[in-house]
Amino acid sequence: MSSSIYQQFTDYIRSETPVALATIIEGPGTGAKLLVARVDGIENVVGTLGHPELDRVVSRDTAGELEAGRTGVRHYGPEGQATPEDLIDTPTVVVFIESFSPAPQMWIFGAVDFTAALGRVAKVLGYRVTVCDAREIFATKRRFPMADEVMVTWPTPMFEKRGNTLGPRDAVCILTHDPKFDVPAVQGALSTSVGYIGVMGSRKTHNKRIERLAEVGVTSPEQLSRLMSPIGLDLGGRTPEETAIAICAEIIARRTGHSATSLKNTDGAIHS
Amino acid sequence: MREILDDIDRWRSDGKKVAVARVVKIEGSGPRDPGAAMAVNEDGEVAGSVSGGCVEGAVVSEALAIIGENSPGRMVTFGYSDDEAFAVGLTCGGIIRLYIEQLDW
Repeated sequence: MSSSIYQQFTDYIRSETPVALATIIEGPGTGAKLLVARVDGIENVVGTLGHPELDRVVSRDTAGELEAGRTGVRHYGPEGQATPEDLIDTPTVVVFIESFSPAPQMWIFGAVDFTAALGRVAKVLGYRVTVCDAREIFATKRRFPMADEVMVTWPTPMFEKRGNTLGPRDAVCILTHDPKFDVPAVQGALSTSVGYIGVMGSRKTHNKRIERLAEVGVTSPEQLSRLMSPIGLDLGGRTPEETAIAICAEIIARRTGHSATSLKNTDGAIHS
Repeated sequence: MREILDDIDRWRSDGKKVAVARVVKIEGSGPRDPGAAMAVNEDGEVAGSVSGGCVEGAVVSEALAIIGENSPGRMVTFGYSDDEAFAVGLTCGGIIRLYIEQLDW
């Protein structure tokens, strides 16, 4: 246990373990650190801010911030006082709590040219990229060196095994435009709480796909409204790279709830 | 900070001293959120960024001063409320508060 807090911090980040770092940035004990990691659902606390009660209160708050994926500043007394009345006659300890959640995931179904371009753009945005196709000769690491993982499998087992790891920050992009692959991929994605589901294809393909989905019982408007299909913003691009930008731009706009029009044509705060 | 760890580890394995600046608070409009981080080694090499390029130069000077004086970590604020002496601001008009410290923990 001789490894430094920094060493443990980087180990947690590199192993994709959720971890938060609390640092005193002003007041008594400036520079002191507390590290809170969540390993198998249990909080692991390392370091000290200089007082047991302060450690107790800050580790509790840090665990809460980590759970919510939030980063921000909190104020305490040197002995962990946290209510405004308790803080009146004490120096203030300002603590910066920074949460590091594992990278969001992007699952791309279909090992096509668009997949390679989308994988590259997704990596720029910090996604952990998984490419999935049932055809062994196409789904190779050599064709998709940017992918963190290339899976030779059908969509259904993939979602059964790992669909529960997908959440609101994650994305599923279905680029196969082959109904026998598309339909189970859409069904699988709809069974998760993934934040973005995009499905590639012309409007004609889209209409046919909706029919196929109806045949297998996917008809509810709430479910169908989760599908971004045809996939991407209308940027007018054609190449795989331009399409990848249109898809990722749509993912960002969906997450922020912004309109994706030019700022020139809107007003109000830009960073809100 | 995730994206600058490889650079930091490389510098540290070369025996270089390193300081890290982290955005802890943004008031008004700001280009990077809290948590944005930048590392500076004793030779003035830089990894990462904390704004859209508006304050990075000043952050490097502060980081080098902290390494040179072997001082404890401190808060640094840039924005329209600056002293004239600093004369560094965000072009977007916000205030950015950074915590800069040596990586000695």
